[in-house]
Amino acid sequence: MASRLEVRKTYKLYIGGAFPRSESGRTYEVTDLKGRFLANAALASRKDARDAVVAARKAQPGWAGATAYNRGQVLYRVAEVMEGRRAQFVDEVSRAEGHPSRRAESVVEAAIDRWVWYAGWADKIAQTLGGTNPVAGPYFNFSIPEPTGVVAVVAPQESSLLGLVSVLAPVIVSGNTAVVLASELRPLAAISLSEVLATSDLPGGVINLLTGHVAEVTPWLAAHMDVNAIDLAGVDDRALRTQLEIAAADNVKRVRRPDTDDWTADPGLARIRSFLETKTVWHPIGV
Amino acid sequence: MPTPFEYAPAPESRAVVTIASSYGLFIDGEFTDGTGGSLKSINPATEEVLSEIAIASDADVDRAVKAARRAYTRVWSKTSGAERAKYLFRIARLVQERSRELAVLETLDNGKPIKESRDVDIPLVAAHFFYYAGWADKLEHAGFGSNPRPLGVAAQVIPWNFPLLMLAWKIAPALATGNTVVLKPAETTPLTALLFADICRQAELPPGVVNIITGAGDTGRALVEHPDVNKVAFTGSTEVGKAIARSVAGTDKRLTLELGGKAANIVFDDAPVDQTVEGIVAGIFFNQGHVCCAGSRLLVQESIADELVGRLKNRLGTLRLGDPMDKNTDIGAINSLEQLERIRHLAGVGDDEGAERWTADCELPAKGYWFAPTVFTGVTQAHRIAREEIFGPVLSVLTFRTPSEAIEKANNSPYGLSAGIWTDKGSRILKMASSMRAGVVWANTFNRFDPASPFGGYKESGYGREGGRHGLAAYLHVD
Repeated sequence: MASRLEVRKTYKLYIGGAFPRSESGRTYEVTDLKGRFLANAALASRKDARDAVVAARKAQPGWAGATAYNRGQVLYRVAEVMEGRRAQFVDEVSRAEGHPSRRAESVVEAAIDRWVWYAGWADKIAQTLGGTNPVAGPYFNFSIPEPTGVVAVVAPQESSLLGLVSVLAPVIVSGNTAVVLASELRPLAAISLSEVLATSDLPGGVINLLTGHVAEVTPWLAAHMDVNAIDLAGVDDRALRTQLEIAAADNVKRVRRPDTDDWTADPGLARIRSFLETKTVWHPIGV
Repeated sequence: MPTPFEYAPAPESRAVVTIASSYGLFIDGEFTDGTGGSLKSINPATEEVLSEIAIASDADVDRAVKAARRAYTRVWSKTSGAERAKYLFRIARLVQERSRELAVLETLDNGKPIKESRDVDIPLVAAHFFYYAGWADKLEHAGFGSNPRPLGVAAQVIPWNFPLLMLAWKIAPALATGNTVVLKPAETTPLTALLFADICRQAELPPGVVNIITGAGDTGRALVEHPDVNKVAFTGSTEVGKAIARSVAGTDKRLTLELGGKAANIVFDDAPVDQTVEGIVAGIFFNQGHVCCAGSRLLVQESIADELVGRLKNRLGTLRLGDPMDKNTDIGAINSLEQLERIRHLAGVGDDEGAERWTADCELPAKGYWFAPTVFTGVTQAHRIAREEIFGPVLSVLTFRTPSEAIEKANNSPYGLSAGIWTDKGSRILKMASSMRAGVVWANTFNRFDPASPFGGYKESGYGREGGRHGLAAYLHVD
């Protein structure tokens, strides 16, 4: 019996809950480590990046306004749906990152478990990072963490799934929305993740995923005046990093610099904290 | 028309403070000469020269950073939290002991009324050191993981509006967390920082832990761009803040910025009127409006706008402008001629763009820099006086009809430092407070500060917090 010819998937962008091709009509060839063809990914343009920011901004108030319990359940749902597509992710990670399947399995498991870990944080952030402040006067004073807004994320280049989840989950768990640029050479697991996101009750626009060239897309995101923060995790080129930080200063973006390659380590709270503002409210007592 | 009761002059004595004819740079525990020339610090209320101040050259900046590095490596990083705490408690006590001297000097150098420097600035300075002193040996309980570590040498550049208070906001948390500092006060208000150097001497703080260097923009630039600083903390204009963010791009320097603001002070029709009028005055006329979080945009619900503005003008008519050293003075001098000209310019733009100017009827002293309390009505969101930070005693009044319109207008600014809400309705306070894209929200009060209360902005008002547990993060490697 002849072996069945597989039905391949068209890998597209994920913007505002939909899966468009790049408006530029461009694609680029994605290969495995040995140079064998895997797919043509959309080559995102400046316009795609801007559309993604618009979608993220539109989704932001609703996502931040959802209850923390609700956000936690959505993140947990992402883990549930990922678990169901485990084999696909193992295959993609294995081919993209060159891991033997045993290692790829553990990477995918860690990525799923990371969603679960962050899901649990959703309704604990405010109590952990906020509180009342004992001011010296008749005032009730409290500080609460709030999401920064729209966050541009440059996903790690090597760790195309675990690294991606490790930078994405801490951004959205607190109510930010994200525009993420996937690993340039290994974008396929990220696109499959966006298919998971689309079926996980995550409102459209909360995460928007672009695939393309880091050097082409990131300058537009760093300079975009409606982006509040940028995570440079996947910017490996020092000169580009400097250029992006300079552009980010135009609207005082919060910048998280690249700092780790070890995505298996305990994440801690640092990434969540990077994309939070602290609001402090005063009210007189007894007047 | 003669008023029935005239105030007699009630000047505070300046005998409590001795000002040297010139000051050098406080580096490595002693005053040394600068090599970048000098500038004069003047009393903005009289234009009298108070002292000649050294300008730190690039070489002087380097010397100060080296001193701070040495002190960090050899002494301060090996000093236990408990010992650091005791130094800071000492400093807090010394500030309290010398509070009148510091208040008088602050008023002479800055132009702010003595009642503000005496009752607000200096007590808050002492409180700030006392607060952070207590954190020094408790950092592992601050919620930043089990092993919070200092960054190293902090470069700190502060503004002229609250000179010693901004020094305290910078130095207290930096020292508590185990960093050493090089601090540059503003060129128009260096004197209390230089007196603080004497407090460091009295506290027997190890040499080099605190270094105070004076100068203008070039000195500040050399300091933040010095390759051996680990941390830059800046309070000042958004424009300079952005330039600093660009200058540290690509480095490993950590940065916190506390920048400008254009706060909305929102008054609903059910607000208690007298209390609100006092709050509006405190919001924009405190410290001559030289406050980054000043309530410079008054948003009034349309139905009460005429009445409220009328009452506000009556109240402003009773404010006393004049000699900052007089204990009855409410409005002191504008800090510098440059700032006065900026205020005059933007007020002129307000006229040109069609807003209606009202100025309190008060006599301005012949010498010094003065600007009478001013209210613009008929202001729209497009007007520059509704968008740009004036940093002076100038209030822009806008109106709204519904809460959602108030939210929209309040947040329609690249800034996001503070906001005010005046209403008797609790649920509305909470809704408005949560809708403000601003770091500090004062509900039925305004311009309150406390060392336990985190302060800092959203958006282009900067990042990082000063004060409270949150303020520690700016000076620590955290998990």
